[in-house]
Amino acid sequence: MRGGVAEQARQGGEGRWGGAGAAGPRCGEGKGRGARRECALWGARWVVRPEDSWGCRGRPCSGRRAAADSRCWPDEGSVTGGRCWGAGRRLASSPGLFLEVPPCETKVASGRRWTAGVSDAGLKAGHRSGREQEPFSYSILLEMSCLSSFSLGPGAGQDVGRSCILVSIAGKNVMLDCGMHMGYNDDRRFPDFSYITQNGRLTDFLDCVIISHFHLDHCGALPYFSEMVGYDGPIYMTHPTKAICPILLEDYRKITVDKKGETNFFTSQMIKDCMKKVVAVHLHQTVQVDEELEIKAYYAGHVLGAAMFQIKVGCESVVYTVSIHNNMYRNLHLLLRVAAWIDKCRPDLLISESTYATTIRDSKRCRERDFLKKVHETVERGGKVLIPVFALGRAQELCILLETFWERMNLKAPIYFSTGLTEKANHYYKLFITWTNQKIRKTFVQRNMFEFKHIKAFDRAFADNPGPMVVFATPGMLHAGQSLQIFRKWAGNEKNMVIMPGYCVQGTVGHKILSGQRKLEMEGRQIVSFLLSKDDHFGKGGGGSKCFLIQEACAFFSLQLEVKMQVEYMSFSAHADAKGIMQLIRQAEPRNVLLVHGEAKKMEFLKQKIEQEFHVNCYMPANGETTTIFTNPSIPVDISLGLLKRETAIGLLPDVKKPKLMHGTLIMKDNSFRLVSPEQALKELGLAEHQLRFTCRVHIQDLRKEHETVLRVYNHLKAVLKDYSVQHLPDGSITVESILIQATAHSEDQGTKVLLVSWTYQDEELGSYLTSLLKKGLPQSTS
Amino acid sequence: MKLYCLSGHPTLPCNVLKFKSTTIMLDCGLDMTSTLNFLPLPLVQSPRLSKLPGWVLKDGSTFLDKELKECSGHVFVDSVPEFCLPETELLDLSTVDVILISNYHCMMALPYITEYTGFTGTVYATEPTVQIGRLLMEELVNSIERVPKAQSASMWKNKEVQRLLPAPLKDAVEVSMWRKCYTMPEVNAALSKIQMVGYSQKIELFGAVQVTPLSSGYALGSSNWIIQSHYEKVSYVSGSSLLTTHPQPMDQASLKNSDVLILTGLTQIPTANPDGMVGEFCSNLAMTVRNGGNVLVPCYPSGVIYDLLECLYQYIDSAGLSNVPFYFISPVANSSLEFSQIFAEWLCHNKQTKVYLPEPPFPHAELIQTNKLKHYPSIHGDFSNDFKQPCVVFTGHPSLRFGDVVHFMELWGKSSLNTVIFTEPDFSYLDALAPYQPLAMKCVYCPIDTRLNFIQVSKLLKEVQPLHVVCPEQYTQPPPTQSHRTDLMIDCQPPPMSYRRAEVLTLPYKRRYEKIEIMPELADSLVPLEIKPGISLATVSAVLHTKDNKHVLQLPPKPPQPPASKKRKRVSDDVPECKPLKPLLSGSIPVDQFVQTLEKHGFSDVKVEDTAKGHIVLLQEAETLIQIEEDSTHIICDNDEPLRVKLRDLVLKFLQKF
Repeated sequence: MRGGVAEQARQGGEGRWGGAGAAGPRCGEGKGRGARRECALWGARWVVRPEDSWGCRGRPCSGRRAAADSRCWPDEGSVTGGRCWGAGRRLASSPGLFLEVPPCETKVASGRRWTAGVSDAGLKAGHRSGREQEPFSYSILLEMSCLSSFSLGPGAGQDVGRSCILVSIAGKNVMLDCGMHMGYNDDRRFPDFSYITQNGRLTDFLDCVIISHFHLDHCGALPYFSEMVGYDGPIYMTHPTKAICPILLEDYRKITVDKKGETNFFTSQMIKDCMKKVVAVHLHQTVQVDEELEIKAYYAGHVLGAAMFQIKVGCESVVYTVSIHNNMYRNLHLLLRVAAWIDKCRPDLLISESTYATTIRDSKRCRERDFLKKVHETVERGGKVLIPVFALGRAQELCILLETFWERMNLKAPIYFSTGLTEKANHYYKLFITWTNQKIRKTFVQRNMFEFKHIKAFDRAFADNPGPMVVFATPGMLHAGQSLQIFRKWAGNEKNMVIMPGYCVQGTVGHKILSGQRKLEMEGRQIVSFLLSKDDHFGKGGGGSKCFLIQEACAFFSLQLEVKMQVEYMSFSAHADAKGIMQLIRQAEPRNVLLVHGEAKKMEFLKQKIEQEFHVNCYMPANGETTTIFTNPSIPVDISLGLLKRETAIGLLPDVKKPKLMHGTLIMKDNSFRLVSPEQALKELGLAEHQLRFTCRVHIQDLRKEHETVLRVYNHLKAVLKDYSVQHLPDGSITVESILIQATAHSEDQGTKVLLVSWTYQDEELGSYLTSLLKKGLPQSTS
Repeated sequence: MKLYCLSGHPTLPCNVLKFKSTTIMLDCGLDMTSTLNFLPLPLVQSPRLSKLPGWVLKDGSTFLDKELKECSGHVFVDSVPEFCLPETELLDLSTVDVILISNYHCMMALPYITEYTGFTGTVYATEPTVQIGRLLMEELVNSIERVPKAQSASMWKNKEVQRLLPAPLKDAVEVSMWRKCYTMPEVNAALSKIQMVGYSQKIELFGAVQVTPLSSGYALGSSNWIIQSHYEKVSYVSGSSLLTTHPQPMDQASLKNSDVLILTGLTQIPTANPDGMVGEFCSNLAMTVRNGGNVLVPCYPSGVIYDLLECLYQYIDSAGLSNVPFYFISPVANSSLEFSQIFAEWLCHNKQTKVYLPEPPFPHAELIQTNKLKHYPSIHGDFSNDFKQPCVVFTGHPSLRFGDVVHFMELWGKSSLNTVIFTEPDFSYLDALAPYQPLAMKCVYCPIDTRLNFIQVSKLLKEVQPLHVVCPEQYTQPPPTQSHRTDLMIDCQPPPMSYRRAEVLTLPYKRRYEKIEIMPELADSLVPLEIKPGISLATVSAVLHTKDNKHVLQLPPKPPQPPASKKRKRVSDDVPECKPLKPLLSGSIPVDQFVQTLEKHGFSDVKVEDTAKGHIVLLQEAETLIQIEEDSTHIICDNDEPLRVKLRDLVLKFLQKF
């Protein structure tokens, strides 16, 4: 029945009362309009229904809209009013009356372009044919901890890395992250933004873009997106991310375009233009994107400047966190601030990464001790330690670790850091020291942690020096550059050691040695290109070119490299682990959780754990799948202070905890809801109150005088109606609350007294009760 | 809504706002002009100061000569300098819930409030405000504590005695309230009560009020505050600047639509143009140095000094001053210079862009690197070895009563080659110099106050359009020394409400609405009726829950079904539990139709009588009388409940319920 009414109302949508509610032109206009369309994207079919799911906040339902809605709620008959809220919520079953309130639909599309299967195949093929000898980065400043080779259950839609998520919340469209895939060299490396809109401008469609941190798998496609596809709306990120992101983009661009000679890539100018569209945000700053959409950044740990974002429209909100720091409560993280923290914001949805979903890892301090022990032992026996790193993040942390260790142990062996971007990276840490932990912040005036005493710049000639040394070299996966070069030199000596502090993508030397391979095929072409790049760097000086020749000879003839040095793996990566995610859920108390960025199996485990412990819905959409979450918001209303105060004052016992029943009139006019006292409502509408009064004659047999009868009645009522105010007035009448009782003698019968009980309609129940009570007569005992 | 005004100093305000059951202190400025009445604290024994004659009353009595000394016709208290605290008696300060700090100059009284009044709340301030505020306090405590003074004068404070003293001591207010400086443990305790916030961060206070700091453009981390509920908005504007110096520009847009705007911290030197003053500063400095003299710049360790150093950075090469050493002497000099470089997020756009390169945002980093600027914690130690003349010295305190500046005044005061340049506007330079008279040294007054001037204020007010403006009384009249300058006062409509120290203002506004949430289940049960085109009504009977100042309406619990089988024992069990709620009625009853309806329902003997105001309907058989008037109906009947209910329902059919 109710459903039927709803349907009827929806069909005749125009007839509803004047769009009371949040109806208005302010949202959804121009966004998401147009015909429904379906498009195949990123391996999965994704239904875009612009009318109902992507926009149209609170617009009066048209007939066309109604048709679309029926798709949304196919089971209309069983749907209760609450579920239909977004489309035009029924306030009551009065025919034709609808209340429009802010809609409740929150939609998330995890639109990552690269399905696990595809990227896996692509990488393997590339490797076999030797087509992609320099698969990813060369000196990219990035921890590549989330490349696809890391995960890969067959057919798993859930994947690691390369985030690009579209969220539609209460009619606002927000893109979370804009990542690039480093495993492709063609246009598959960028997300297919035509998926968002095919003809329209992205700017019209998206309200804003939010970047969580500077890793390229989260911001790498940004210049392509804003400059080549075209987006002029706001892009939000924190200050450190805004500072570091263009450096990484430019570096990657140089490798792709200048070194590899690729075309159809963004230019330096595009990076600059893109960054002009970036709005830097403070932590905890509430940024009003427009009148309704607001975002707020929270500290997330992970890397310098990484942030969680709360996206809020009206009373609905989503929290997005890519990589929260795992030590939510243990302050063991060396570089970054204490821990990620978020207030109890109770979002409708929490989107979290789950890279390390099942690992609840051992204490970080243990790993650090282990790391120092290994380095120390190797140096003691005269060996050389190679630590391949990416320039920002873990590198600084390990440097501080070694620096303090060297200081404490008074060690003399040199520590080197390959130069270039590293110094720059250290500089960023210096300038954004407020983003680092309390200890570093407190002492930075006396001693800046990023000015190292023991760690010196590396020159490539040092690699051949005799004696022990420790070298940090980029990149972190031993796939190219200086780290690979040093590795070749040192690999043959069993006294030496290589420590891999992060993940390695399949196909890289790092990955091979970590998986136990000890004989490496060094392919000729790779060496040639490697030597060419050397040529760029060192071919100018006389000494350099001499060295170059020896290198070349070496390289060409050692096609097979035997790895005798020790290979160690230490995971210091600061992604969220299960504990971190659980802690975050405990803090934020979301109503729904959505997991991205992880392996299917591990995510499944975490999903169960979350559902068990917190009893919230947990989603883990496959690539390209759209998750729709219904919310059921309460309606904010203005209540007149007079009514509120009256209602809170009423009640004989001022019991704060006891809920109070209140009565008021809701006036709905011009999109506003006001709750006022009925008297005020009448007054505002210019209506007069019509008083309905009852006076009942109750006959009582009593021979006594009138005033004595009255006294008996009074005593009786007083005894029965303990919670009411019963008063005996001087004029001989009795009041019970506002009900008046008077006694008169019966004109004919002296033995009968007539009680006149008079009350208004508002006291109906009590009045009716009193008459029935008095009708039963007075108890004899009271006389 | 009430405003308690605890400070009389317009640029060092301390007000308490009572708003919606919260008590919010706005700033806690410390009036340090009281120190001008004291003798300077020299770092090394000063023969001149110690030989000053004691002050003798007109009648020749000398009982005050230990406490008061005379120097060039002025009388000074020879004691540890004391500060004039905000009022502590006007209201119970332990009831203050939160303190909002607008900038680091306006938090100097914080330890007195948080440590001595029973304060248990939270202090909110931005990170640079806290860090630099700490530096200012450290410097203050350090410069007073390192020169221990045995004597503490109190006799002169006696009201009878004070009356006899010459001005300005005679006119000093609340001298009994003057207090010595706090200590470092107190500073630390006070600062530990601060919670750091970012610009545009919305902070909920007890669910009743939301406060938000906004960039005010005056100093690193300086903020104005918005204090608002759903319906009322109070803006607190304190120490704002529209000039482009180093801090983030002022956020004006967010101040719009305020019901009340409290305006404090305007420029203290409304007639001086800061840009012109900087130029004058540079040229005077260059001239003195070229003539072989030294330049002394009494200043605070943070703030304008960054801008001065930046100007000098651009200026020294062109002025041929590259070889002149610049010394910055303060126990917190190094910290101040270092801290300035790490607050990229709080800086103006140009400086932010530099950080992205990455380069230090302030050029003083380069001055330090090239050894042009050197900083020392004090004149002792390294400084005495490195010290070369002629030179430029930046040091505190601007009151010239304590800190390393006292030493340089004694050292350089006798030579006319040297110059002291006053840039801080907080103290009258003539008063500051009084205990050093006679002085051969040149004195230049270049006050640089970047805070809003009256022209900017009137522009600002026009733009943000507050309903009411509240400001210190000093801003409602021209300055006493320039009474003809009627342009040097706030001019707005309606005229501003002014306050003075120890006054309580009742702010003009009336709260009428509050936010309440209707739960979805309840909303489902509502029945809206369209009363007039575009206006619908629904009667709401619901349970009101109030928690943390948030109100929620829920469906009333269903009445428990009385067990039918059990017989009630006592009548009293039947007493209705909660007051049943019946709607109001409206409309009128057309008698003819009503009679027809009655007849339709089986009443045959209906008789209608006309009266002056309406009609009386008589049901003779039932001995029932129904008086019907325009806006009332009265049913008078015997105690026949079924009949009454039947009649009631028939009447209700004609009426609308609310």
